[in-house]
Amino acid sequence: MSTEFNHHPEIPGTTLFDGRMAMKGYALNKMCFSFNTEQAREEYKADPEAYFEKFGLNEEQKQACRDKDVLAMIAVGGNVYYLAKFTGMFGLNMQDIGAQQTGMSVEDFKEKLVRAGD
Amino acid sequence: MATIIGGLTTSHIPAIGNAIARNNQNEPYWKTFFEGYPPVREWLGDHKPDVAIVIYNDHGLNFFLDKMPTFAIGAAHEYHNADEGWGLPTMDPFQGDAAMSWHIIEQMINDEFDITSCQEILVDHGFTVPMQLFWPDRGADMPRAIPISANTVQHPIPTMKRCLDFGKSLGRAIESWPEDIKVVILGTGGLSHQLDGERAGHINKKFDQMCMEKIVTAPEELTKIGRHELIREAGSQGSEFIMWMMMRGALSPNVNLLHQNYTIPISNTGAGTMILENIN
Repeated sequence: MSTEFNHHPEIPGTTLFDGRMAMKGYALNKMCFSFNTEQAREEYKADPEAYFEKFGLNEEQKQACRDKDVLAMIAVGGNVYYLAKFTGMFGLNMQDIGAQQTGMSVEDFKEKLVRAGD
Repeated sequence: MATIIGGLTTSHIPAIGNAIARNNQNEPYWKTFFEGYPPVREWLGDHKPDVAIVIYNDHGLNFFLDKMPTFAIGAAHEYHNADEGWGLPTMDPFQGDAAMSWHIIEQMINDEFDITSCQEILVDHGFTVPMQLFWPDRGADMPRAIPISANTVQHPIPTMKRCLDFGKSLGRAIESWPEDIKVVILGTGGLSHQLDGERAGHINKKFDQMCMEKIVTAPEELTKIGRHELIREAGSQGSEFIMWMMMRGALSPNVNLLHQNYTIPISNTGAGTMILENIN
């Protein structure tokens, strides 16, 4: 069976993190997993490009990280739980990255969530 | 023999841990959410469980994609929390009950649930936030804890039916433990939320309310919800509802709903807090 076989129906605006994505994003997610330690975060900040190389990121993955572009990081196989450790280094919380991914201001994104409760 | 006194549900998002660390419990944004907890603490104070089974999902502190167990059970004397990378304060270790863990593992594998046993497992916010909410003082009453982690990181995740069946097997394992102790089951996570993609911020009040009703009265009906339907309705991380199913399976077929609180939103999430008392 091809590794590209799609087991999952599409859900709009949603990338299901399955075996295909887990293979595609392995290096990127492994790098992000390393950011659980302060030492790794310091090493990254000192030389991001060397740190990308250490984990074998491809060019698309490197560029998505340079841009801190969450949708691009997901497209190249990033899983949000690991990516949160990357974005956390730049002080971005879940509402910040929610706003970034939906093209809204953080205030508008929060307002949208509050309205969902009405 | 061990007795299951009931089950508790709670959200476990890091924003709650941050709100506690910053002492924001009485701020207008957080007040409704935190008001859901004193009745739970009162109930716990009345019943004083000896052991808490804490069903949660690891979010990339302990498990990575190299090895991803569908169901993992802690079998350690104590459980350590650690730096998750984005600034939540690290908690002191939690006392385990390794002998009881191994009993559960033996019984459940005998019952054909093939468990990953963990003598070392770092517990993340999915475990620590509920412990902080239910036992904020960490006093003498705080039960020994047994963590159970389900995979919600990488698809395929287990089905709703498998999770309810897991709970049933877990319940039988607990009730066959020879010590006369009281056990409470924590089903953590959820309710609807989605952190990733163009649909980030998806939240579904109607679906959450349906889940909170059916988890009490008709959990078997919830097993008809497919995994893609669950994600379509509840969002990517709304899949955490499977841990509520695992909790529910361990309880008696009929339960008394003693308390519930639903807050929408906290951060990006619909939050459901419940006490389901076992009818023994």
